[in-house]
Amino acid sequence: MDNTYYNPADLKKFGNISELQPEMGRKFFDYYGEVFKEGALTEREKALIALAVSHAVQCPYCIDAYTSDCLEKGADENQMMEAVHVAAAIKGGAALVHGVQMMNKIKDLTM
Amino acid sequence: MPIPVKSLKAQQHQFANPAFQLEVLQHAGTEEGDFPLFGAKLREHELYPLRPAGTSILQVNVGKMCNQTCRHCHVDAGPDRKEIMTRATMQLCLDALARSPQLTTVDLTGGAPEMNPDFRWFVERLSAMGRQVIVRCNLTIILANPKYYDLPEFFKKHRVQVVSSLPYFSASRTDAQRGDGVFEKSIKALQMLNKVGYGQEGSSLELNLVYNPSGAFLPAGQKSLEAEFKRRLKSGYDIEFNNLFCITNLPVSRYLDYLIESGNYSSYMEKLVTAFNPVAAANVMCRNTISVGWDGALYDCDFNQMLELKVQPGTPQHIRDFDLKQLDERQIVLNQHCYGCTAGAGSSCGGSTT
Repeated sequence: MDNTYYNPADLKKFGNISELQPEMGRKFFDYYGEVFKEGALTEREKALIALAVSHAVQCPYCIDAYTSDCLEKGADENQMMEAVHVAAAIKGGAALVHGVQMMNKIKDLTM
Repeated sequence: MPIPVKSLKAQQHQFANPAFQLEVLQHAGTEEGDFPLFGAKLREHELYPLRPAGTSILQVNVGKMCNQTCRHCHVDAGPDRKEIMTRATMQLCLDALARSPQLTTVDLTGGAPEMNPDFRWFVERLSAMGRQVIVRCNLTIILANPKYYDLPEFFKKHRVQVVSSLPYFSASRTDAQRGDGVFEKSIKALQMLNKVGYGQEGSSLELNLVYNPSGAFLPAGQKSLEAEFKRRLKSGYDIEFNNLFCITNLPVSRYLDYLIESGNYSSYMEKLVTAFNPVAAANVMCRNTISVGWDGALYDCDFNQMLELKVQPGTPQHIRDFDLKQLDERQIVLNQHCYGCTAGAGSSCGGSTT
């Protein structure tokens, strides 16, 4: 194995997390499967949301999995990159909106 | 990755050799070992040996000649391929059909079947026999030469069901698989087919599209993709069609070469094997279809044809000896590429099988 914390081959071992806690693992994967089924949102829309969140949480496994999933479900490259920009906008916005907190504090501390 | 203009055969590429392809397929696996043999997988699900279950479709490959050299083509078709069916062999197909009323549908494929000089002669006779004719039309052929411009009218006259590949509703992904400019020409051809009545709501002139993934991934959710294709083709180009058939790319010929060259071979095969679906396996198309090669040889499907895996020895091997009763008793010839038809929702020339 490469000298890194992340090994792409570990992605397909995700299910193994149930080995040490079968009941919670089962509940998680049942829930996970249910979440991604077609509902008020299509499976493609859910895959695009998952792709955006994968970037926000910067999970290489998730980016790998949901890039494939988006392609399989028929999302196009423009939709996928727009989803990543949504994640970037929220992450950037989340940092910047704290600027208001900083400004409040500046006001508190300065003459 | 640019699309080569020449077929693998013209390049004298090693993947032009079916025996070499089978050798590669036999030894596919991961670090944990080779993948289970397809026959053994069927045995696990009590589906072995696999036998026909009411053959109703004769699929005739009228030749490997084509005006395109698509990156994923399992036929290795192209302008440099000269193997095409003669009128005499077509007559043998007509004779076999006359003896086999159970074969209600004749599915014409290629290459570009329309490039065979006897294509229209054949369709006229099939239509006169009252058989449902399907033509796997690559769309661009309609615009390739003025002599093909009237194909939509010809198809209409003979109530031909047109099945056409359009891997995506955008030029970039379509052209990456099928060649530069193919998307634009395909759109024009679809508009010509719509104009004569194909694909319209309430019309009996059926126009179905084929979605093959443009890359090393599987197709998912035929109904959902169909809705997206309908929405995008209608809003972007005012195009209508009936059904979308999702077809998994099988690791044969040029697609096998693509998988190896792009470094996706093992992971793609693993996806196919992991996604094995016994319900799809019970519904594979080789159970209701027999495939005829350009030279009249008989196969279980068009993929076996390209791998030169003829129908089981001891059963009729050539269309001149066609006997449906004997062929319906045969054991279907399997190999590792068969995993492509049993993955996920299943895959056939008519799309998903579950």
